[in-house]
Amino acid sequence: MKKTNMTDINHHLTDPLLMAYSAGTLPEAFSLVAATHISLCDECRARLGSFDAVGGEVMMDAGSVAVSDECLAATLKRINQGAPAPRPAPRKSVLPSPLLDYVGGDLGDVKWRKIGGGVSQMILSTSKDATVRLLRIPAGTAVPDHGHRGTELTLVLQGAFRDATDRFGVGDVEVANEDLNHKPVAEAGADCICLAATDAPLRFNAFLPRVAQKFMRI
Amino acid sequence: MTTSDPTSRLAWVAQIEAVRDRQDQRAFAELFAHFAPRVKSFLMKSGSSPELAEECVQEVMTTLWNKAALFDPGKASVSTWIFTIARNRRIDMIRKLRRPEPEDLPWGPETEADQSEAMILQEETERLGRALAELPEKQRALIERAYFGDLSHSEIAEQTGLPLGTIKSRIRLALDRLRHSMK
Repeated sequence: MKKTNMTDINHHLTDPLLMAYSAGTLPEAFSLVAATHISLCDECRARLGSFDAVGGEVMMDAGSVAVSDECLAATLKRINQGAPAPRPAPRKSVLPSPLLDYVGGDLGDVKWRKIGGGVSQMILSTSKDATVRLLRIPAGTAVPDHGHRGTELTLVLQGAFRDATDRFGVGDVEVANEDLNHKPVAEAGADCICLAATDAPLRFNAFLPRVAQKFMRI
Repeated sequence: MTTSDPTSRLAWVAQIEAVRDRQDQRAFAELFAHFAPRVKSFLMKSGSSPELAEECVQEVMTTLWNKAALFDPGKASVSTWIFTIARNRRIDMIRKLRRPEPEDLPWGPETEADQSEAMILQEETERLGRALAELPEKQRALIERAYFGDLSHSEIAEQTGLPLGTIKSRIRLALDRLRHSMK
């Protein structure tokens, strides 16, 4: 999962998602997908920089409220107790660094659980307004046909998948909403590993997976 | 309107460099005098109580001191950088949530940021501030609410009575205008 050449990434975060990530209003699960994509994508990192600049100017224009007389002294006291931040070092892990804490280790430490059809997942712990999981889809396998009640973000970390809309390779993020019914198929070659976040349960179109959904929390 | 110009923006860069290189408390006090009340106002507009906002301001300014070495004036203006610190502290202290951050770009050999690059960036940020101030009132208000950050789009829709589609298209128009004025 090396940093992908940005010309290889064809599917990016949308403006509303980047703006909400910049504003800090995305659910944690979506923020994790955004942070991971930006770790791989120079273009979205630069776009985030622009949205942060908008945020900075909104803040500068939001008026000023006097701080107490002791505020500066209290801050200097805090400074004397702290230590300077270390400089970032190049990443040595396979997974992009935002994921490491959530997985509790690197790719080899992922606790995969089978959910049927050869597909495995690990649900990552976040605030409850949305959920995020790692999915491993064996090469050549299809994820059951499903629709979405809310928004689903799917970021490819290894391999690739295709659905009716396009091909998604490493670093690509698919933003799916209620209008999209899709049946992603992992390409032949390597297993496809994705980071997928939803703010509502997926809606499977066949009866059986819907039953499975209740048990498997997919 | 923003109360700044490219010259004072470059002065802030110099103050952060003084903090970084010499732990200069006077330069820090100048930054504090300018930014602390603005950060406090921003946090209160985000729904924080004055007490919590003030505690958060102390955290933000402490982070500024501790991370001064990581500030790159060729990549962000001081106001942008302080906003990102304030936003993260707001999520952490006020909303009590975690925020996953992109991995930092690894640092190459020590390089002093190119002065002209920093100058261009400060000017561009200044221009962005003006463009934002000149947006039609209805568009600007929605951008501001989005960044004050206490409300999602659907919550803004509930409060303002505007349909979600209208909010989204107004924000899109606002971004188009900002992009156009930055060309």
